[in-house]
Amino acid sequence: MAQKTYAGVTVEVTDDGYMIDSSKWNEEIAKEIAKEENIELTDKHFAVIKFIRQNESGLTIRKVGNSGIVDIKGFYALFPGGPLKMSSKIAGIKKPTSCV
Amino acid sequence: MKKIVILGAGTGGTIMANKLRKELSRDDWEITIVDKHKTHYYQPGFLFIPFGIYKEQDVIKPKADFIPSGVKLIFNEIDRIDPENNKVILNGGQILNYDFLIVATGTKTSPEETPGLKDELWYKEIFDFYTIEGAVALKEFFETWQGGRLVMNIAELPFKCPVAPLEFVFLADEYFTKVGIRDKVDITYVTPLPGAFTKPRATKMLGDLLKEKNITVIPDFYLESVDNKEKVIRSYDGKEIPFDVLTIVPVNKGDDLIQRSGMGDDLNFIPTDKHTLRSEKYENIFVLGDASNIPTSKAGSVVHFASEVVFKNLMCSIKGRKMRAHFDGHANCYIETGFGKGSLIDFNYETEPLAGNYPLPGIGPFGLLQNSKMNHYGKVIFRWIYWHILLKGKELPVESEMSMAGKKK
Repeated sequence: MAQKTYAGVTVEVTDDGYMIDSSKWNEEIAKEIAKEENIELTDKHFAVIKFIRQNESGLTIRKVGNSGIVDIKGFYALFPGGPLKMSSKIAGIKKPTSCV
Repeated sequence: MKKIVILGAGTGGTIMANKLRKELSRDDWEITIVDKHKTHYYQPGFLFIPFGIYKEQDVIKPKADFIPSGVKLIFNEIDRIDPENNKVILNGGQILNYDFLIVATGTKTSPEETPGLKDELWYKEIFDFYTIEGAVALKEFFETWQGGRLVMNIAELPFKCPVAPLEFVFLADEYFTKVGIRDKVDITYVTPLPGAFTKPRATKMLGDLLKEKNITVIPDFYLESVDNKEKVIRSYDGKEIPFDVLTIVPVNKGDDLIQRSGMGDDLNFIPTDKHTLRSEKYENIFVLGDASNIPTSKAGSVVHFASEVVFKNLMCSIKGRKMRAHFDGHANCYIETGFGKGSLIDFNYETEPLAGNYPLPGIGPFGLLQNSKMNHYGKVIFRWIYWHILLKGKELPVESEMSMAGKKK
């Protein structure tokens, strides 16, 4: 557990940087977390972030790809590398767990 | 006369038919089970077919042999469930009314979900081993293969029996060593997960074993398409991996009837309460095994443990009482690691696989997260247990709820 200050707000985060309390999240915080990941947030990013905040439970890359906001390829383009992990971090929700 | 309908006569449906017929009076309860296939496959055995360890006849028996007398068995395609009106409609229009419904229609591979997968190289140089056809075709291919790049890829999560592709590469290492061409076979394990498995300790143990056996792991690879001309697999973020033979776990989906019934999620799995195993939406529908969306492994051991919970909660519901049984996500998987050895993992929703002994604390005979000959014997003998004890709903000396006894934190 650690503390971080984003946009003047101090928040608790996990060791790998995910916010503990997603209710403390706001768009300014998102922009600063994104900056740490070298991402400049656009309206499209925010549309995806809104979707994943609303669909936190059972979230998968496929689900985002079926959201009508972006397809899977577009999701990767917005959040390169691990799109689900990175977008979750920026959206201030828990780290997604993979279930097999 | 009240009615229970069970959809699917696989592992889960068959166990339930046996348990329920023993418990419920034949004068009061009619039990019907429906399946489109007449053959019961011992699916854990598919893994051994490509390597000539099992043959097709070792893994098949007629489904009818395992359904007790007093249960009506119907072989037909299910068109859809009409959950609002407590009805199941079969192909041809036959209608089954129910008081309680158990959906145990499982999961299936859907290679058509990935562009280029079911194309010209399908069953020529691209194979699955989750179907009898794929496993047998792969056996024939391996018999004369001269070596090259063998790529094992998992297309999507979740998938049935999450340790099977690991076991596959371990057994391939042994097989090609014994054939004498291991030095000509390059084995690569390509997974959408961040490592060999989901949970840290099992990932480390299995990752070390893969390294020891000279098997390369490529993590975080999410398959977009298969290129039959170039013989490469491509990920959504543009990575390419070349193959000479591709073995794949195609996208897993619930049965199409779930979609036709409007009861599934993106992958046709039914939203299910992970503790009671009842449908989130319908109070008289239980979902057993792979057909549900509960966040644990899609595996026979899970179905077996979950069947106890479905049975108890169905009994409570029949009597109009509150459901008492609580599923913990218990899974227990033998992992063949090659050369006559095996490992074993035991875990649930909350607890990752830990080292220790199973099922008797301190004694075993099986070693958790260990690589031993005894664990391999456990897997071998399990086929007998499956046909003779498990499917018939008889008691096994293991608890449905996971135990911490014998485990090291």
